[in-house]
Amino acid sequence: MRSYLDFEKPVAELEAKVEELRALSSGDGVAIADDVTRLEAKAADALAQLYSTLTPWQKTLVARHPARPHFGDFAKGLFEEFTPMAGDRKYGEDEAIIGGFARFRGEPVCVIGHEKGSTTETRIRHNFGMARPEGYRKAARLMELADRFNVPMIALVDTAGAYPGIGAEERGQAEAIARSTDACLALGAPNVAVVIGEGGSGGAIAIATANKVLMLEHAIYSVISPEGAASILWRDTAKAQEAATNMKITAQDLVRFGVVDSIIKEPTGGAHRDPKAAIAATGDAIAEALSGMAGMDAAAVRKARRAKFLAIGRTL
Amino acid sequence: MNWISNVVRPKIRDFLARRDVPENLWVKCPETGQMVFHKDLEANLYVIPGSGYHMRMDATKRLKATFDDGAYAEVALPEVTIDPLKFRDERRYADRLKDARTKTGMQDAVKVATGLLEALPVTIAVQDFGFMGGSLGMAAGEAVVKGLQTAAEKGTPFIMFAASGGARMQEGILSLMQMPRTTVAIQELREAKKPYIVVLTNPTTGGVTASYAMLGDIQIAEPGALIGFAGPRVIEQTIREKLPDGFQRAEYLREHGMIDMVIHRHQMRETLGRLCRILVKAPAVPPKGRLPRPAAA
Repeated sequence: MRSYLDFEKPVAELEAKVEELRALSSGDGVAIADDVTRLEAKAADALAQLYSTLTPWQKTLVARHPARPHFGDFAKGLFEEFTPMAGDRKYGEDEAIIGGFARFRGEPVCVIGHEKGSTTETRIRHNFGMARPEGYRKAARLMELADRFNVPMIALVDTAGAYPGIGAEERGQAEAIARSTDACLALGAPNVAVVIGEGGSGGAIAIATANKVLMLEHAIYSVISPEGAASILWRDTAKAQEAATNMKITAQDLVRFGVVDSIIKEPTGGAHRDPKAAIAATGDAIAEALSGMAGMDAAAVRKARRAKFLAIGRTL
Repeated sequence: MNWISNVVRPKIRDFLARRDVPENLWVKCPETGQMVFHKDLEANLYVIPGSGYHMRMDATKRLKATFDDGAYAEVALPEVTIDPLKFRDERRYADRLKDARTKTGMQDAVKVATGLLEALPVTIAVQDFGFMGGSLGMAAGEAVVKGLQTAAEKGTPFIMFAASGGARMQEGILSLMQMPRTTVAIQELREAKKPYIVVLTNPTTGGVTASYAMLGDIQIAEPGALIGFAGPRVIEQTIREKLPDGFQRAEYLREHGMIDMVIHRHQMRETLGRLCRILVKAPAVPPKGRLPRPAAA
């Protein structure tokens, strides 16, 4: 059973009708088969139309779609020999961020990303992708290894934000995020970050400070969630849709600001309709970004990354 | 002549003129409720005499209180694009910004200056909570970058007095980008091998703590300052529990190993001067006006 978002209702109705007709036609009947084809085409058109004009709030819902491919799906589809590593060597292990070494199209890489989980059990295990200090310290530790062994780093960003809790504060959440961003900038090997779903504020930037920042077509990336902005700036959580629009959080907006380098096209109807195609397109985009930096030495890689970030906002 | 022609029409300026004295004449200690005369408070560097509560201090007063003889040269800060998102919530951000500028007389939340501290050249940046909650937007980010780069160029230590509610949300992703941008400049100062000292003042939270305010070589905080990533209200809403007393206060952070020291404002100048001189290997300065310590008996 496919799950539909509220705004997908017209498409849902058409697709339900197609299913109904299919069930009827299981006997035979050429007339019905024609109807099915016609309706299917209509449903596909409606879907394409709908997804070519998504509002920022609708994109927010798509980016959070429960069936959207998550870190684990991407890791399986993109890498060979992925070997996750645990722990920050200081306090604990935080599975909201998964990281380790792997091969990407044959070449060694370091992989770090947020995992939201996809069942009740895994969502709890991964804390819905909201990391604690240990997650960021593990990320920083892995980046130091990637730097030492000169292995490119790929970050897959998908988090609502860093976890706000007593323990997280007690153990230095802010410092952990700051050091992880610091580690991104110190990395002598090239890094590529892909916002695959939600890029939530400091929790995202901690691993997304990269030479190349890519974003899936319907992903969002923002300094605060639309709900958070609505409650703080409008003092009314019901204003989340307006906040989503005014905050300029879509990939299309962020390319204009020079924050995102390029957009990865999603299959019609969003990555959750065809995860395989979305992951394949992501792989191609990462390969292209990395090949553009092949042969750069560590000093050049760092210099380019610094210059890129310092330039952001200076020529708006 | 009748009474009507005698009426003096009130001038608009009389209504708009700033009346800064009456409301500030007596200041109430937020902790004890004690009333303090504003001149006494100013003379005491905005520390309530009885309770020791550290009130907020604006950027100019902080610079004056930190540099030798209160003398410094302000560093010109780069112009930035105003309101890049054309943002509005209940009001236009452009209007809010204009109001903040009129109210504070500042261009944005961060000021940078160079001068002498205990006779040593230093670069100091101060973030003013009075300017839109000290929020970190493009202007403040550029100011911090400029401060760090000025220190690297001139070869001086950099001291950052931080105070902020976090990112300037009205500038969206461009405010988030100030986290990596300021970190780039910190790395440049590190390469110049000059010390970076952060003084966390009340309050410092959000994207500011999650970037330059927690990356100092030395981390100092003023007593009682609220310092954290998430604000207390957000945490309470998330975990649905009351927070423990003293949570996220300077003393709590020190106890948890997150900062080096909690320093009273009256000792701040001397502490900063001493640390800077040690780290740049300048000779010690004999404390002015103080008698040399007697030899141990």
